Amino acid sequence: MNILKFFTAGSVDDGKSTLIGRMLYDTGSILADQLEALQSSNRKNDDGTIDLAILTDGLRAEREQGITIDVAYKYFQTDKRKFIIADTPGHIQYTRNMVTGASTARLAIILIDARNGVVEQTIRHSYLVSLLGIKHIVVCINKMDMVDYSETVFTAITEKYRALAAQLNLNDVNFIPVSALKGDNVVQKSERMVWYEGQSLLHFLETVEIEANDDARLSRFPVQWVIRPQTDELHDYRGYAGRIAAGTFRVNDRVTVLPGGSSSVISKIEMFDQQPQEAHAGQSVTIHLEDDIDISRGDLIVNAANQPLQSKMIEADLCWMDARALDTSLTYFLQHNSKLTRCKISEIIYKVDINTLEKHSSDEFKLNDIGRVVIKTADELPFDLYDESRENGAAILVDSRNNLTVGAVMFRAAVA
Amino acid sequence: MSRYNLDYLDELEAEAIHILREVAGQFEKPALLFSGGKDSITLVRLAEKAFRPGKFPFPLVHIDTGHNFEETIDYRDRMIERIGERLIVGHVQDSIDQGKVIEQTGKNASRNALQTVTLLDTISAHGFDACIGGARRDEEKARAKERIFSVRDEFGQWDPKRQRPELWNIYNGRIHKGENVRVFPISNWTELDVWNYIRREGIELPSIYFAHERDCIVRNGQWMAASPFLNMDEEDVVYHKKVRFRTVGDMSCTAAVESDADQIDDIIAEISASKISERGARLDDKVSEAAMEDRKKGGYF
Repeated sequence: MNILKFFTAGSVDDGKSTLIGRMLYDTGSILADQLEALQSSNRKNDDGTIDLAILTDGLRAEREQGITIDVAYKYFQTDKRKFIIADTPGHIQYTRNMVTGASTARLAIILIDARNGVVEQTIRHSYLVSLLGIKHIVVCINKMDMVDYSETVFTAITEKYRALAAQLNLNDVNFIPVSALKGDNVVQKSERMVWYEGQSLLHFLETVEIEANDDARLSRFPVQWVIRPQTDELHDYRGYAGRIAAGTFRVNDRVTVLPGGSSSVISKIEMFDQQPQEAHAGQSVTIHLEDDIDISRGDLIVNAANQPLQSKMIEADLCWMDARALDTSLTYFLQHNSKLTRCKISEIIYKVDINTLEKHSSDEFKLNDIGRVVIKTADELPFDLYDESRENGAAILVDSRNNLTVGAVMFRAAVA
Repeated sequence: MSRYNLDYLDELEAEAIHILREVAGQFEKPALLFSGGKDSITLVRLAEKAFRPGKFPFPLVHIDTGHNFEETIDYRDRMIERIGERLIVGHVQDSIDQGKVIEQTGKNASRNALQTVTLLDTISAHGFDACIGGARRDEEKARAKERIFSVRDEFGQWDPKRQRPELWNIYNGRIHKGENVRVFPISNWTELDVWNYIRREGIELPSIYFAHERDCIVRNGQWMAASPFLNMDEEDVVYHKKVRFRTVGDMSCTAAVESDADQIDDIIAEISASKISERGARLDDKVSEAAMEDRKKGGYF
């Protein structure tokens, strides 16, 4: 059994919380005492049934305001898969929350209100999904009960959305007509939409194939920690501990250590009491090299046959996440895997109006702004393009004055 | 592209090890908060996987309320002996003796709330800049929104509105002096995941997790272990029951569930079919719907 992390965007009005609540409820993921707390709550639907949206509202401030203001993680499982939902609010002022939630997801659910069709926020959410490199998309056309479960309405919306998906290079797009409120096509296939021949949402989520990120040509291993016991019996022990960011490493592979470019051969791979011959993306391991090289936290071990880009000038997409605007005269920290370096944003190439997808030039970059910039780093950075490796192609910006995380960075090109 | 996908326990384990190594790499003086419960026992196992054959780059810290189950303390001491790591104990009794907290009175008296003060004092006395804890997001809905690296101010407070965005698997542990970070490596695990991991790894647990015979009384509709810490009086009727505990907290606030599950397989079967969530057996969450949120703001684990 494996884990699928998915992301949901949508506003309160789309019934997103109800949809998630419905999945939890119908898969039996709500326990008796939680249900009791639900039933004693004074929020009910018009017909007196439990308001399932309460299940995903976390903080008291949110309950008072009736909105979701952060990223909430929810967990449920079926016989086939475990699911982690990153649930975020959909309004434009929560763009940074959506970017955060989308950053770890492999699949996105885009909610569309069947009465309204493709609207501004559909464009915005789809743009963010494409920006964050989520490859699999499920468009849930919700509130089908409000449009008499009409196939015509459903088809018209799918056609409109396909045009948007093409514009954003979203390839794997799937459409499901649902009513979260009534439960149609969420867990069980609905009998009220016999014209729909596809799967229910849950069945789709259980069976969609998510490709692994273990292309051996892109093998990347950021060193987090050097294990050196320095005891009598382990005097010469020196292991490089980290989590394989991408690709596959095998014993006897020739590797290069960046920065610096020293070369060596993997002599041993350890996973606690095991010594596998190979290890894959996502595994936390300890790697040993044949040669005694000076390696420390922040270094990157890569397959010698295919090295990442290296540059001090990088073109990147940036999402600004702080109330204090970007200051191009200021030095920020760039945190990329286990590496921390200083940087400046040397140029704002353009900003994107994420409601219309239009690009325009701008001198300022404020909370929730997204656009293309040039980052100038103090140290040469070994990186991959975000589209090729999410793990080695992303970074965060940290304000050196208050230590806040202020920017999400996706590398798009090395500047010559 | 090939289809190498990690099994869910392997993926959760790899993520937790990555987080522990980030703590080692980013902080000067981290500590692992050890309660004697299954979640922190799991953390110890993960730390062994992250750092062996080296030593842990942090000590274990136990906040001892003085109302612990004897079995928990026995377990703790044997475990420390086995792993050969350093243990620091902060005593709530010391905080009481120093007049920093006042012992509660009455039937619902508990030292649970007092331990926050002892914890914060222990953190500042040792200058810990990161405290690793075993909290999980599935435990409670306020926790569902907490970051893996959760920054606390010098009063130990968590501000849900000022959380740092946490993107990809990049954790920002930069802090100012006086602040510290609570780190939750098993945030993404569920109760069942922890149990399945304990079974897979063959990890030993304190005996109170397994069904055993014990004198119990009823408090607030739940079974509590009869003990001098409960302020019992003649109205309390003692029943001899076969019970087990789903969490390991204070004897004054950890409720038992009736159970025959004396093997880990039985426990997993019981939880899979359970109708009461784990925190449902913690009286300290019951005070109000926002109870957990309030305690976290005040520096609770």
